[in-house]
Amino acid sequence: MGLKRYFAKRGAILFGVLMITLFLTVILVGSNMDAILKKGIAIQVRAEIVENKDLVEGFAGTDELNSYISNQIEQRTKALGLDAPWHSPNRIGLAMYKILVLDFGHSAFLTSDSGSTAVGDIILEKLPRTILLFTTATIIISIIGIFVGAISGSRIGSKTDKVTSAFAIISSSFPVWWIGLIMIFTFAFSYSIFPARATPPIPPSDPGYAVALLYHMALPIITIVLIGFGTWAYLVRNFMAGIMQEDFIFVKKTIGLKHRKIIFGSALKNAAPPIVTILALSLSGSLGGAIITEAVFDWPGMGRLYFEAITLMDLPVIIGATYVLTVFFLVSIFISDLLYGYLDPRIRTT
Amino acid sequence: MTDYSEIKSSFTKSRIGLAGIAMLVILVGLSVFTAIAIPVETYKQWNNPASWTELPKSALPIWINWFSEKKIPEHKILDAPQSTLKKGSSENIITQKFTVDYSYDYFPNEFLLQFDAQYSGSPVLKITAIRPDQTTLELLSTALPHSSQTSDYTDKIFSTNESIRKNLRLESQKFSYPIQSLTAKEIIFAKTTQHELLKGKYEFVIILSGKNIESFDSTMILGGKAFGVIGTDELRRDLAIGLLWGTPVALFIGVVVAFGSAISGLVFGVYAGYKGGKTDESMMRLNDVIYALPALPFLIILSVTTSNSIFLLIGFLMLFGWVGIAKVSRSISLQIKTRQFVDAAKTMGQKDSKIIFCHIIPQIMPYALASIAISVPAAITTEAGLSFLGLGDPTYPTWGQILHDAKSHGAAARGLWWWIVPPGVMVAITGLAFVFIGNSLESIVNPKLRR
Repeated sequence: MGLKRYFAKRGAILFGVLMITLFLTVILVGSNMDAILKKGIAIQVRAEIVENKDLVEGFAGTDELNSYISNQIEQRTKALGLDAPWHSPNRIGLAMYKILVLDFGHSAFLTSDSGSTAVGDIILEKLPRTILLFTTATIIISIIGIFVGAISGSRIGSKTDKVTSAFAIISSSFPVWWIGLIMIFTFAFSYSIFPARATPPIPPSDPGYAVALLYHMALPIITIVLIGFGTWAYLVRNFMAGIMQEDFIFVKKTIGLKHRKIIFGSALKNAAPPIVTILALSLSGSLGGAIITEAVFDWPGMGRLYFEAITLMDLPVIIGATYVLTVFFLVSIFISDLLYGYLDPRIRTT
Repeated sequence: MTDYSEIKSSFTKSRIGLAGIAMLVILVGLSVFTAIAIPVETYKQWNNPASWTELPKSALPIWINWFSEKKIPEHKILDAPQSTLKKGSSENIITQKFTVDYSYDYFPNEFLLQFDAQYSGSPVLKITAIRPDQTTLELLSTALPHSSQTSDYTDKIFSTNESIRKNLRLESQKFSYPIQSLTAKEIIFAKTTQHELLKGKYEFVIILSGKNIESFDSTMILGGKAFGVIGTDELRRDLAIGLLWGTPVALFIGVVVAFGSAISGLVFGVYAGYKGGKTDESMMRLNDVIYALPALPFLIILSVTTSNSIFLLIGFLMLFGWVGIAKVSRSISLQIKTRQFVDAAKTMGQKDSKIIFCHIIPQIMPYALASIAISVPAAITTEAGLSFLGLGDPTYPTWGQILHDAKSHGAAARGLWWWIVPPGVMVAITGLAFVFIGNSLESIVNPKLRR
């Protein structure tokens, strides 16, 4: 029972956080959003009149036409509830409700590759690409990191350990996106080994697309892994260092179990809960935390979408993307909580 | 845990910690040097292209010449020439001489004479080049615009000037090869026997003669492809100035954000842990909320919708930075409050605030110092990242902004490495200094990591 209550509480908190995030976002961009929506309505009405010739011919003069236009705009503004100021509780509630049920509306400038302006479509198109690059990279990082970290954590003070720790500390001081710039400079322009742009120039329907995509992905993946795995290894090393001093490890050592078996069998298993938590968090972080890296590599995923939306001030897209990224982030926090509770029995009793 | 002298003695034994301190001292020294040696005005003009016109475009750093056989010409701004004034009965003659020891392996990039004269009438300006082989080339002889009253006249004469070309063609008999198709710089700096660069001491003599010359001041710029310690960017800015001034700004951002967030997190966490119960519960929920907010997207939205002021950004960074420290200090204060001296203070009737500030926080201080040091790099890289996206504060150019300009001018594609590498290296060195200090402090104060 205790565990269930614990998760119910965590779930409630995270939902509250989602609401707060949404509320803050709506408040921050609300006033600008109104101006954009109103402009959109005016354009829509004019476009309809231009298309509908019968309607135009029915008017006696330009005055009547103009009054019709302003009437139409007013009606639609009211229908959307834009006549009330953006900060009225009704409006904010409605905006939050709409986003909550995944109705993000239409973007102001950006479109998806297929030409849709629905923010939902745009996000659905970009998200898989981000997952493809950054989740792959995160998985590679965690595998290398756990392996290297376990080895250096089992031999604290050895040469392997010193090299790993030094590499971890130094690599974590460099911004990933800067290393990206340097990698592009070195391997794309000075030595043309990899392409600089991460998007293949051929259409997705081409049979060679998958290979081309992998080839284009190589440089960003190498960069992310190079900078990322040191931190991972260092974390795993520190968990392992604590566990390797516990009595049961000494017992296993004295009964003559092989060193490798002790590390990867017993010790790593005991270090699993925090590692899994970090894995879950970094997997979700990989979905949204790459705004700058994607901008560097021109990778057409969520990060670049976000960046473009910001530079164009495309507010519906900004709100939609923030929401989606927050949801992923919170869900992963929740999952990592669940996993922690499952893996670490101590949680259940408290 | 709170034995400061023990911490100090362990710290002085830690090589990494000392390396960090040394790096920090160098960075602070660099900031002080910058503040003294480079006028703030230069830095303030960073984004004003008009104040950088004298420098070359995308010039390499000059030390590149140490590593290559063939020397790239350095960009030279020849100021304050030797000046002589000869007063005659009918006219005054001002002579100014620029001497250049030209020992590079390539022709210069063009050159120009910038002058400022105060006169009345219409004086005659003459430019003559005396070359290492003692040949003299008349480059220009031109009358300055007539003026009936004493007035100020400023102008620039470029080496691409048509009359310089014409004058040089008149000297073609001095050269044993056709010079018709060559540009002025390729003739002036060439040997007479064959079209090759002539190394040695060049003298440019500027003569202004006229009736009423009040003053004459000139500067000669010999355009080269290398300039300064770091080189220049596409917008002709001296990157060394940007990098140097970026140091105090980055240190300021990092240290203020780290101190601000660590101290507020410390007080918040300790208070929650000390009070316990409902207060603790609700404070920790607030902590959870901030922890779960996606920081980078929010920082971006905030700086787009509010303003890109660097002080506001520092505030926002603090807003997201205190959470982790609050959690740790809460759990430590939970342990400390069960100790006897806290009980004793309570029974003596001391106020909660006094217990927190006088008894608990001093115990946690070493941890706080370690976390301050560790959170400095994050603040600096986050600011650099936001600036890189173009959201930086243009009144305070930072390393991130230099990288943003590099990216938007395609520096990587064009091989302008001196525009990309140094800012990132500076970010990393600054980060490393604090990470070194923080790591060694942490391994001293945290017995779990102590070996």
